[in-house]
Amino acid sequence: MPSTFEVQDISFSYDAIPAIRGLTLRIEEGDRIALLGANGSGKSTLLRILDALYFPSTGSVTFKGDALTQEHLQDDQFSLNFRRRVALVFQNPDVQLFNPTVFDEVAYGPLQMGWSKEDVIRRVEETIEFMTISPLRDRPPYRLSGGEKKRVALASVLVLDPEVLLLDEPTATLDPKSQSQVIDLIQQWKGTAKTVITATHQLEIVEDIADRVLVLEAGRVIAEGTPTEILSNADLLLRANLIHAHRHSHGGAVHSHPHSHGYSHHEHEH
Amino acid sequence: MSRHTFLESTLQGFARALAKALQSEHGATQPGLLQQLDPRVRVIGIFALVISMILCRRIEAIAAIFVIAVALAVASRVSLGSLAKRVWLVVLGFSGVIALPALFLTPGEPLFTAPGLHLSISAQGLRTAELLILRAETAATLTTVLVLSTAWTHILKALRSLHIPAEIVTMLAMTHRYVFLLIETANQMFESRQSRTVGILSGSEQRNMTARTAGVLLSKSIELSHELYLAMLSRGFRGEVRLLTDFHLRPRDYVGLTGFFFTGCFAAWMGR
Repeated sequence: MPSTFEVQDISFSYDAIPAIRGLTLRIEEGDRIALLGANGSGKSTLLRILDALYFPSTGSVTFKGDALTQEHLQDDQFSLNFRRRVALVFQNPDVQLFNPTVFDEVAYGPLQMGWSKEDVIRRVEETIEFMTISPLRDRPPYRLSGGEKKRVALASVLVLDPEVLLLDEPTATLDPKSQSQVIDLIQQWKGTAKTVITATHQLEIVEDIADRVLVLEAGRVIAEGTPTEILSNADLLLRANLIHAHRHSHGGAVHSHPHSHGYSHHEHEH
Repeated sequence: MSRHTFLESTLQGFARALAKALQSEHGATQPGLLQQLDPRVRVIGIFALVISMILCRRIEAIAAIFVIAVALAVASRVSLGSLAKRVWLVVLGFSGVIALPALFLTPGEPLFTAPGLHLSISAQGLRTAELLILRAETAATLTTVLVLSTAWTHILKALRSLHIPAEIVTMLAMTHRYVFLLIETANQMFESRQSRTVGILSGSEQRNMTARTAGVLLSKSIELSHELYLAMLSRGFRGEVRLLTDFHLRPRDYVGLTGFFFTGCFAAWMGR
C-alpha cells in the first residue's frame, strides 16, 4: 500500500531565497507528526507543498502513489478528490474566512465538491454542532474573536472529513482555553486512520499532538524522533532556535540554562 | 480639521467602509422589488437599461432612465441618502472634472462669456457636459442599485450562468472577499501607528505617515490576496461559483424580464 505522502529530495525557493533544500520524508496513514522549527525554517512552505498549493522546483511529492504535479492538479476529478482528502488550516485564519456568514463558510468546501444541497446542509449542521460554534452560525466570520475564527477555520475543513489534516500553527495566538480545545480535537484522532501534520514552534503542545517529531532548520530536516527523544535533547532544540539560553541571577550568582517559554520547568540548588 | 483629527478620521473612514460593506449585504435581504426577482433577471435587466442608456442621444430619454433607476432604488429599499453620498456626489466630482473643459472647448453658439477672459460656454458644450454627467450618474446609479439589492455571491453566480468567463468571475469574487481583509489590515496598521505616536503631529506629518502606510498596505495587499487565493484553492475552488441557493425562474421573473426589455427598448427608441 503506498504511503500517504512520499517526499523525495525536494527544494523550493521564494524568488531567489531558498525555503526548502533537499528534503526527503515519508508519511504513513494515521501518523501524527509535529513539524518543529523556528520562524523561517520552512514548516509552512512544506505544508503548502503537501497541500499541492506550491510545487517543488526539484524532487517529487506523491500522495497515495499519485504524483502531485501542476499538470495532475489541472485534472478536475483528481483535484477535487485530493482537496476532499487533504485539508490545510492556514496560520492566519483571516485569509481562510471569506464568506458572508459562518454557515456559508463551513458550507464552502462541500459546495465546491459538488455535493447535493441536502448533504451539504446536513454535514454543515453536524460540523457546527461538533465544533460548538452554533451561536456563531449567522455571524460574519471577519467579526469574530481570534479563538472563534480559528474554530470556524477548523470547522471549514473538518466538514469534508479529510483523511489528512495539515495544521499550520493551530494554537498560536489562542487563549489557553481555545488552545486546549484544539489540542483535545487533535487527540481525539489518535489511533484513527486520520493523518495529522502540525507545524508549530510551541514545544509545550508537542507531546499532546504528535507521536513523531521532525525538527526543521533552514529548509532541512535536522532530526527526527519521538516527542520524548526530541524534547529531551536541549542541544538540538537550542540549535534549532526552539529554546534559548536564559541568563538570570540567584542570590548574586549569575548563570544561564536552556529555556523555553511555557515548556521547561526546572529547579536550582545553590 | 484639527491636528488630532486627520489620523482619527482615517480610522473612522475604515470603520465606515466596513459598515457600508456590511450594509450592502443587509440590503440584499430586504423585501424590495428587485429582491423579489431572480438574480439573473436583475443582472440582465440592469445591463439592458445601461445599454439602452448608452444608445440614447437625447438627454430627456437618459433623464427618464435615471428616474427609473431612482424609482427602482426606492422600490428596492435602497436609501436615497446613501445613494446621494456614495454615488451621485462622487460621480459628479469625477465626471465633472472631465466634463468641465467640454463646456469651453466645444465650438458653438456662446451662451455665456466670462468678462475679460475671452472664455465662452457654448450651448453645444453645455449639452455635451450634461450628457456626460447624466450618463455617468445613471450608469452608476443602476449598477449600485443592483449591488445594494443583491448578495454579491448571487451576482457572481448569475454572471457565470450567463456564461461570463470563470476568470473574470474569479477576479470579482477575490475582490469582494479581499475587501474586508484589506480594510481590517489597514485599520490595524493605523491603530498601531496611533498607539506609537507621541505628541501632536503637524498636518503634513500626518499626511506623510498616511501616504507611507498606504504604500506598505499595497505591498501587504499583494501578499494577502495571494494567501486568500491559496486558501480558496485548498478548499476546492476551481473558478465556479457554487451556492446553496438554486436559481429558478418564476412567472414574476418573466414579467420583470419583459418589463426591463420593453423599458430599455422604448427608452432607446425615444432617445435615438
